[in-house]
Amino acid sequence: MKRFSFLLIFCSALSFPTFAKEAAPSAADPALEERVMRLSKELRCLVCQNETLADSQADLAEDLRNQVREQMRAGKTDKEVVAYLTQRYGKFILYNPPVDPTTYLLWFGPFLLLPLGLLLLFRYLKYRRKQIVETPLTDAERQRAEALLQVDPANKTA
Amino acid sequence: MAEEVASSRSALTPVLYAVPLVVFLVIAGFLASRLRGGYDPHIIPSALIGKPAPEFQLAQLGNPAQSFSPQQMRGKVWLLNVWGSWCVACREEHPYLMELSRSGVVPIYGLSWKDKREDALSTLQELGDPYVLSVSDFDGKVAIDYGITGAPETYVIDQNGTIRYKEVGQLNPEVMQTKILPLIKKLTK
Repeated sequence: MKRFSFLLIFCSALSFPTFAKEAAPSAADPALEERVMRLSKELRCLVCQNETLADSQADLAEDLRNQVREQMRAGKTDKEVVAYLTQRYGKFILYNPPVDPTTYLLWFGPFLLLPLGLLLLFRYLKYRRKQIVETPLTDAERQRAEALLQVDPANKTA
Repeated sequence: MAEEVASSRSALTPVLYAVPLVVFLVIAGFLASRLRGGYDPHIIPSALIGKPAPEFQLAQLGNPAQSFSPQQMRGKVWLLNVWGSWCVACREEHPYLMELSRSGVVPIYGLSWKDKREDALSTLQELGDPYVLSVSDFDGKVAIDYGITGAPETYVIDQNGTIRYKEVGQLNPEVMQTKILPLIKKLTK
């Protein structure tokens, strides 16, 4: 139980910084704001490239969020807004890389590496097994070992 | 016991010993190539090259009563340079724009990006004005339409209104000589 609560504290501590950075949604239209923020989390800030548009404080990120907001207000769907942005900034703006020929290696590479790793592991273990030769102890060695372990020779069970 | 471990270790083939070294060399080589080759992760390949330059209608910086639209440039090769009085790199590239403007090879139009009108005008007064005219993009909406990630950026737009080239960052003599001028020569032939 103690361990579990520690884990809980640890996890919630991890999650705080991400909440702290987000821009406060304006009160004007909470539903729209929520939609803007939700989509912004899927988009990359082009200035600080390891941040999402939702997390970034950069001026350009703010402009892009405004653009997203305006287009949503004009009735565009999320897909249409994303299409508008990728037409201008390329797929780079997608924080979540799409599955297409340029990202096949990224998406499916690990599944190739896993069987390759397993194959190498099994081959190595097989090779190791051949290396290990069972050499039974001689009587003299056994007696010495028993003496060292202070086991009564008459009672040996092993 | 120790002898046994040693003997099983020596059983590893030399090939296995080489694995960490090879992995290290691959990683080191990758890192070195990124460090040396002038690689800049901030330069995102433009998605707009070969596409029509987005239309806009903006007030001219020097004469806000008049507007300018890329439509007016049909039939001409021109440069669209994104700049701001607040942008240090724009100041650094400014002499090259002046030089290009004086040479009369290509008309340069400025997109004054997220700038105060008086600041933009006083910068041009101080440094000289390489632009045929600048337009004011106060809220940066046109900049987003053009896929701008920072200033300065320069677009080469052809007679049909197609974006042919985009330079992210400062223009310098090297970019001028190897990219911009040959392209303009080719386009105006």
